[in-house]
Formats: sequence, structure tokens, C-alpha cells
Amino acid sequence: MSLISCQNATIKLGETPVVKDASLQISAGELVGLIGPNGAGKSTLLAALAGIHTPSAGNVQLQGRALQDHPAEQRARALAWLAQSGPINWPLSVERLVALGRTPHRSSWQQASSEDAAIIERVLAETDCLALRDRIANTLSGGERARVLLARALAGEPTVLLADEPIAALDFSHQLQTMELLRNFANGHRSCLVVLHDLSLAARYCDRLILMDEGLVVSTGAPQEVLSKDTLRTIYGVEAEITLGEFPSVLAKHRV
Amino acid sequence: MKALFVPLSVLLGLLFFLSLSIGPESISLWQGVLDIGAGNETIQAVILSEIRLPRALIGVFAGATLGLCGAAMQGLLRNPLASPGLVGSSSGAALFAIVYLYFFAGSAGTAWLPAAGMLGALLATLLVYALAGRQSSITTLILAGVAINALATALMSLLLNLAPSPYAVRELVLWTLGDLSDRSMHDFWLMLVPTLMGWALLIGIGAKLNALTLGEQTATSLGINTRHLRWRIFIAVALAIGACVATTGMIGFIGLAIPHLLRPLVGHDPGRLLPAAALGGASLLLAADVVVRLVPTNEPLKVGVVTALVGAPFFLSLVMRSRKEYL
Repeated sequence: MSLISCQNATIKLGETPVVKDASLQISAGELVGLIGPNGAGKSTLLAALAGIHTPSAGNVQLQGRALQDHPAEQRARALAWLAQSGPINWPLSVERLVALGRTPHRSSWQQASSEDAAIIERVLAETDCLALRDRIANTLSGGERARVLLARALAGEPTVLLADEPIAALDFSHQLQTMELLRNFANGHRSCLVVLHDLSLAARYCDRLILMDEGLVVSTGAPQEVLSKDTLRTIYGVEAEITLGEFPSVLAKHRV
Repeated sequence: MKALFVPLSVLLGLLFFLSLSIGPESISLWQGVLDIGAGNETIQAVILSEIRLPRALIGVFAGATLGLCGAAMQGLLRNPLASPGLVGSSSGAALFAIVYLYFFAGSAGTAWLPAAGMLGALLATLLVYALAGRQSSITTLILAGVAINALATALMSLLLNLAPSPYAVRELVLWTLGDLSDRSMHDFWLMLVPTLMGWALLIGIGAKLNALTLGEQTATSLGINTRHLRWRIFIAVALAIGACVATTGMIGFIGLAIPHLLRPLVGHDPGRLLPAAALGGASLLLAADVVVRLVPTNEPLKVGVVTALVGAPFFLSLVMRSRKEYL
């Protein structure tokens, strides 16, 4: 079943069309990598799927129903969006910040329940943030901050997770941990669309890759179909060495 | 949570009692209450019910409004320098109140003064909104607020400049200073309705302000309608601040400083700050109003002058601290 999809979506920021005529479909149980060079329109497309931008043409569907037909709270419970570099405006503790992910599940009056507390505990553990829980969120390092914000997104227990470069600032160990976390997240009835620049990890963990360039969805398919020497040359402008197998690697040798 | 709200409430209660007890005439509070209860119009009863009670009640509600609206604006704009005055509501209210006093008070009395204040606050807010545009950023909003504030101040100066007699000038200037004295229960009731309407609009926005900590886009993804929230807070501030400014004149510092001072005590949580700032604002205004009655001066001190005098050094310390942070 398709959890989230868009058909022929064109998204303009101001007057500039940043995403042109893009169609994609993510099914339950899928971890899909959204890849492409800088400025390809990945983040804008992801934000449109989250309902942050409204396509000027085409449409977005969540669980088979037009995104704008979902009441805001219901949409927020089903779908979490992790921004590429979201602000943290007040010096909240990490635990309080992660608890914000529970917002769509609570009415204005409800205090945090024991269920909320258990979920926050679990997502802090999954993202290796337990030791950070009492730290002030805007004094964290870039990588710590990225993990805390991912915990915030997971705390909403969404069915669809849209994550924009969640591993860009992480060290090796946390990169693997986060990719495994996303892999485990996207099973059964849930799915995840993740923007990645590390093509090796994308090939290793994702079921499918969607490649974008200059606002267009260029190709989509299994990692070995999408990642070819030709594609890397024409789209990324690099001469690359691609090894597939259990630990796939994409090594950019030089620019063309 | 309780660790902060209980002491703040006790403090407010004590200050309310103190505000009722202090004045040029020393009266027995207890005797006054008994006389009011028995329906005896003794001097104690009259002083208590017609002079001190309205003064203390207006102090509580105006102070709470300033603190609450300051906290709401700071939460909405995610800026510790935001205050109810920022989007023009205070100066708009003051301008319209002065226009009313200048042209209509002679014929219509002061019954419509809070309405004039609210109208001014609403108009100024709408102007700021229209100037900033629909998809405005916080910076544009602040700039538009500065522009409208400057316009309102200029128009107030013009009115003072053209005032027919030095006596009228003095009246208007004193009125803008911000004061709680010589207000009646009638003034209090007039101010109360729009004030409570403003407060009611702010009920339940705590979780939304908390979500805004992550920025407008992430708040949107959490199911918050940020445009709706902005309107709601602007209208609430216009109603409540408009009515209060029309009743007390402009009282600075409280709306800016109280949220700022109390924020660390609620873990920087913008939602929990709202009730704390209301209690703190009411306490501070009552305390300042007690101080002006205790300080012996030839001319009675205006409470707005005292809060401004305390406010300037506070602002300086804010600047010094942020300078350290950015070094």
C-alpha cells in the first residue's frame, strides 16, 4: 500500500520552480533514499510531502488521501518531518525538546502521561541520547543536535518519517546506528524517506533510491539500478568507482 | 511547577493586602471591611472600597496583562526583546486614548476610553500586519512595529504641541506616564471585560508556543496553524493591552522584563511561562505602586515612571549579558 506519494508535483519557492513535475510513491515497509546533487530540489520536495510547501501543480497524497484533506493534527500524528537545519529558539533541556514531538498526541491541557514518558525514554535510547537528556539543547555539538532532533521526530511515533540529511553531521558509529534505526523503523506498516549524500550508505541500507537533478526526478529503482558510473558522471560530474555486494561503496575519484 | 506558582501567588496576595493598607490616610482595614459588610458609609469603608480597592484591582489586572502579553509575544516571535509594545498595540492605544481625552472626554465622559484604547491597539496591530505582509518574517514584523510606534509617538507629540492650554498639556503628559491613582471601580469594570476577553484568547496556546521553539516550519509539521496562532495572539494583545493602556496609561518595562526574568525558572518553557508571567507582572506592578506611595515627593510619583527607571538599568544588563554571549 502506498503510504505517501505525489503526482506531477511542481513546487515554487517565490517565482522559481524548484521541483518540476515530480512523481513518487513510497509503500509501507520501505526505506527510500532521496539523492541528488546540491540544489536538486530534494529538501523542497520532502517539505512539500510534509505539507510545509503547497505544490502549485500536482498533488500529494498521504495514506491514499489528499494531504490537505487530512486535519492538521491527524496529519501530524501520521507524519513526522525532520528539517535539515531547524532552529532551537529557547535553551530547553534535551528531554523537554524531544517531548515536543508528542505535541500532536496531546491536547493543550494534558500533562505528559506515563505513556509519553516511556516513548521519550525509548527514542532517547534508540538515538543514543540518554546521556544528553539534561543538557541544554542549543549547547550541543552539531552531531549531538542532529541525533536529538531525530529523537524528537521519532517521539511522535509517526507512520511516515521524512528525514532531511539526518546523518550528515554524525560520526561513523552514529551514522551506522542511525541508518540501522531507520532501517528498523521502516518495517511492516511504516516507511521512511530519507535525504542522503553518502551514496555508499544509501546503497547499503535503502530498498530503493530516488535520484533528483535540477528539480526533476531522474530515476528511481533499486540502488544497483540507480547508481551507475554513467549516472554519476552525468548527474554528479564525477568519475566514480562502484562496488556492490554486502558493503557497497561509491568512491568518487575525480571530477570530470 | 508548584515550586514557583505557590510562592508567586502568595507574593501577589501579600502585595494586594499591602496595596490596600497603604495610603495618605491610615485606616483600619478590618474596620473598613466590617463597615462595608454592614453597609455603613464610614470614612474607612469609602476609602477602602472607592479609592484603594479599584487601585489594587486595576494594578493586578493591568500588571498580569502586561506580563502575560509580554510572554505571549516573546513566545510567538521567539525573541526575548519582544514586548506588547513591539507590534504597536501600546502606542496605538495611548494615541487613541489621548485623542479621545482631547476631543471627546468633555462631552462624552470617560466611559468610552477603554474602547478607544482597544480600537487604537487593534488599528495599530492591523497596520503593522498589513505593512509586514502576509508571509512576513519576524524581522519585517519588528521593523513594521518600529515604524508604526514612531508614527503613533509623532502624532501624540503633535497633539501635545497643538494643545490649547499648558494645563491641557500637563494633563495629557501626566496621563501618558502611566498611573493607577484616582481610578474608580467604574474604571475597573470598564477595563475588565476586554481584558478577560484577551486572556481567554490566550488560553491553551502554551503547547503551540512550545512547538514554535523548533521554528515555524517544524511547528507546522506538528499540526500547528502558525498563521492562525499569530492572529489569535495579536488580537488578544490588542484587546487586553488596549483596555489596560486606556485605563492606566503606558506602563513600560513589565511586559519586557517579567517574562525575561521568570523564563529560567520555568525551564525556558514558553507555555509554562504564560501563567508565571501573569502572576509576576501583577506582583511587580502592585509593588511599584506601593513604592510610589511610600516615597515622599512633592508631586505624587507616577508608577510608570518608577517601572521605567528600574527598566533602563535592567535593559543595560541585558545588553551586557548578550554581549558576553556573543563574544
